[in-house]
Amino acid sequence: MKHKTFFWFMIPSLLAMLLFIAMPIVSVLIQSVYAPHEQVIVEVENCGPFGCETSTAVDQDATRELREAEPLGRFVGNDIYTDRNHLATSQVGAAWSSSTGIGDFISKLLNLPFYGALLFTLTYTAVVTPMALLFGFVIALAVNTLPKLLKGPMIFFSLLPMIVTPLIGALILFWMIDARGVLGSFIQWIANDPDLSLKASTPLTWAMLMVYGIWSSAPFAFVVYYAGLQTVPDDTLESAMIDGATPFERIRYVVLPHLLPLTTFMALIKIMDNFRVFEPIVSFNAAAHAQSLSYFIFNDLGGETQLLSSSAATSVLTIIGVSILLSPVLVRTWRDYGKS
Amino acid sequence: MAVVQNKKYSFALMLTWAFLVVWLLVAAFPFLWTLWGSFKVEGDFFSKADWARALTGELTQVETGGVFTGAGYEGAWIKEEFWKAALNTLIMSVCVVTVSLTLGTLGGYALSRSTYRYAFWLLLIALIFRAMPPITLVSGYLLPFYEWNLWGHLPTAIIVLVAINQPFTLWMLTSFFKNIPKDLDESAMVDGCTPFQAFRHVIIPVMWPGVITTGLFSFLLAYNDFAVTAMLLSKENQTMVPKIASFLGTTQTKGNVMFAVSSVVSVTAPLFVLVLFFQRQIVSGLTAGAVKG
Amino acid sequence: MYQFKKALLTSAFLLGGSVAAFAASCGVDSGRVNIVGNEFPAIQTVAANAAKCEGLDVKANLTADHQKINLAGMQGDPAEYTTAIIANSSIVALMNGDVIRPLDDLVAKHGQDIPKNQLITIDGKVMAVAFMANAQHLVYRKDILEELDIAVPTSYEEVLAAAEKIRASGKLQNPVGGAYKTGWNLAQEFVNMYLGAGGEFYKPGTAEVAVNNEKGVEALEMMKALSEYMNPDFLTHDSNLTSDEWEAGNVALMNMWGSRTGRLMDDEGAEPVVYENTTVGGPLTVGDSGKRATTLWWDGWTVAKNISDEDAEATFVAMKNGISPSILDDETMGQAVWMIDGYQPAPVNQGVFDTIAAGAAPYPMLPYHGLLHTAIGDNISDFLQGKESAEQALSDIEAAYTASATEKGFLK
Repeated sequence: MKHKTFFWFMIPSLLAMLLFIAMPIVSVLIQSVYAPHEQVIVEVENCGPFGCETSTAVDQDATRELREAEPLGRFVGNDIYTDRNHLATSQVGAAWSSSTGIGDFISKLLNLPFYGALLFTLTYTAVVTPMALLFGFVIALAVNTLPKLLKGPMIFFSLLPMIVTPLIGALILFWMIDARGVLGSFIQWIANDPDLSLKASTPLTWAMLMVYGIWSSAPFAFVVYYAGLQTVPDDTLESAMIDGATPFERIRYVVLPHLLPLTTFMALIKIMDNFRVFEPIVSFNAAAHAQSLSYFIFNDLGGETQLLSSSAATSVLTIIGVSILLSPVLVRTWRDYGKS
Repeated sequence: MAVVQNKKYSFALMLTWAFLVVWLLVAAFPFLWTLWGSFKVEGDFFSKADWARALTGELTQVETGGVFTGAGYEGAWIKEEFWKAALNTLIMSVCVVTVSLTLGTLGGYALSRSTYRYAFWLLLIALIFRAMPPITLVSGYLLPFYEWNLWGHLPTAIIVLVAINQPFTLWMLTSFFKNIPKDLDESAMVDGCTPFQAFRHVIIPVMWPGVITTGLFSFLLAYNDFAVTAMLLSKENQTMVPKIASFLGTTQTKGNVMFAVSSVVSVTAPLFVLVLFFQRQIVSGLTAGAVKG
Repeated sequence: MYQFKKALLTSAFLLGGSVAAFAASCGVDSGRVNIVGNEFPAIQTVAANAAKCEGLDVKANLTADHQKINLAGMQGDPAEYTTAIIANSSIVALMNGDVIRPLDDLVAKHGQDIPKNQLITIDGKVMAVAFMANAQHLVYRKDILEELDIAVPTSYEEVLAAAEKIRASGKLQNPVGGAYKTGWNLAQEFVNMYLGAGGEFYKPGTAEVAVNNEKGVEALEMMKALSEYMNPDFLTHDSNLTSDEWEAGNVALMNMWGSRTGRLMDDEGAEPVVYENTTVGGPLTVGDSGKRATTLWWDGWTVAKNISDEDAEATFVAMKNGISPSILDDETMGQAVWMIDGYQPAPVNQGVFDTIAAGAAPYPMLPYHGLLHTAIGDNISDFLQGKESAEQALSDIEAAYTASATEKGFLK
């Protein structure tokens, strides 16, 4: 296709992305290297319904001058990226030199918010992505064996975890898994431990979040794989059968290779979504046990005082993290791109 | 020999079906439980004393006189005017799907037909764009939107959702268009069509399965979105999901929680119909599209 | 037919009349008013009454996300929102952003009848008008305490003793409740406890944090001791879920917001034995500092800076109408501890009044305290789970706060 034609076809889509994604990303980049001005603090007397007290406030007149002189704020370079609430370079260095052993260093490292969150996020991504794909694949294979009449309803029920709004997780699932909820009681009965609570221990909370992650994202993999199964060429399957291949061998040598490109596509999307895991942490009130980079952003923006530069820096770190995780898949796609 | 193999197969088949029954329970149980519980009072459905109360409805009996109550639905739809939010959601979802697919098919077609490297880079950048946490994007929009008086209107939320979803749409549609043989539109152009005419007369008639699948994902996104709609819409333009969130609020008021539960059921019901209606298209669309990468 | 028409006309007239009765002039007859605030019932009432002023164009956006949008919505020129309803913790974000205006001239012109104690003055300038108060205080189950012959606790030490007694009696396994959800709620409990222990958050006159001391350890140790008597999931319980625990009859003692007690004592959602015996107590103490381990809160409204003087005036009179004594009726009376003339406290509100009378400290209204609150909320759950020492938790709080206060320009 000619450059000009290509351009005209692309322009509406490009414009939308440029305005609403690219420009905000640029402004986020700028915001992450500029911090608010130094605040001039003055002592003041505050009075209210509960009496008067001496307190402090920002001297607006003095601060306004600073603000007008440099409207973007003060340039701080990578200070915010390296501060204690992000990469914490100096704290990591100090922990390294003061540690008695590798175990001590790791526990000091994980006490820093960024690295603690990274551990959870990476574990979550590493567990949920393949499990959801695998689970979706198995469901798709199973549904494919059903008689035609049952296929329809089965597809539709299998999609439920994906289409029910995540708010339901906030409310109903959270209650169901409570120690006295219907699922919580069921798990206690299975584990034969009447005091078991999923929400009280870190390993169980992690497990719960991951099970939720798999539950809610398996349907996406299922639909895509199920559709993929319909395109496996019949003649290849038949010739494999004639050669005496067992059903397992047929899946292994015929179906799986056929579905590989599809797996790449879904892995890309799912790694990205899982790395940004956020909703289940908030919905299950799990922040005591598990945090993620997206949760930090939420926290920075939702506090009494918003930390815009900090949230901007965390967002940039998220994008970098996703790019690193995706790079193997992207390199593959890059090689394949010219071929088709 | 054949008998042995048959036995093996039927055992495998039974195993598969047993697995499916378990999966069916796992997938549908929370929703069915909610459906049942939406006809109870809060004290039963969220009972901390005994979960079985959600089944028996003791407090429902005491507080309303019957085992089932429609109070949640009545409160949400009539008292709290949930139908307004439903209308807004309908408008928004239809617009998001239409606009998103219009932009996406044009762009996706171009990307699939370009042999230059920059097409790949465009796709790649689009994918990286998708890595941006939506919450950062939304908080970045606030100031300019307020400044230019764009905040609070449905069209603003629609265009933002379209833009945020554009990378996914482009990827999906590009891989779909790649599976439509190039000969089709190339021969049309040899016959004297402009590229746009070729797209219009040759591609559009055969693209529907893939478009419908992509459209369904766009629809779900718009329908279920909370991050964008909660922050960018004013009260009168509120859609269903933020409305449900407002039933819960920071300070839960008696009864309102059940409004939220019944609304969650109400929100999901139309999706059932939609999925049932389009389920064949989802499957056939993907069959023709993303499957071959 | 004529009769019918007449009847229609009459009813139309009556309808018109009743509307006019509601929409009275508030002293200014034109202008734009747009309210942003939280969504709980008391604020809904205020906004609805502000909208009754004749001739004014009043809109409201009441949402749980109000803190995420109010600053951005008031920074434009003209500002989208002409008024924000805030609390003493959240006014500082608007002060820091310099988006609200001093109200002295408007008070002189239209607000002479607003009682002095409702005016929030900062550095001598009126910046907000408060209309309701709130505080956390003890809530207890009368029947259980009486049955076990326990006196109503006045300190956390007595709460611990009572809890032990209740647990030992086998009545309740986890008799203590509390909103200890990681984040804002947990931080609020620490602020209470630390102030109660007699601690100071900052080195005097500076933004430098100083919580890593024995008062901090004392506060944390007390929180941990209390958590031993709580449901094991306490780190996930916000005040909604804590109330649910209470209504289920699983809890006999808790420190709870005054605004929530009405819900606990009504006859919905709980067994009669629970709601009939729910009783409010006073504020608790910790240790021997003599200070109360709780904070006082107010909610009030402000007026945006970046709007025309006409709109500011309209906003002021509309909001004043929103908190006038006429808004109080049977339904609205119980929605809050109003600071409005004519408010008659119900027994459920006694706890807040006791807390005010006991001289508890107001929640700190400092430009940087929001940052410390966030840092506290993120860093003490590890200690409560026994994963790290109190000193480590406190030093984490200080480090997290120092990083964010440096970013914000409060520290160099």
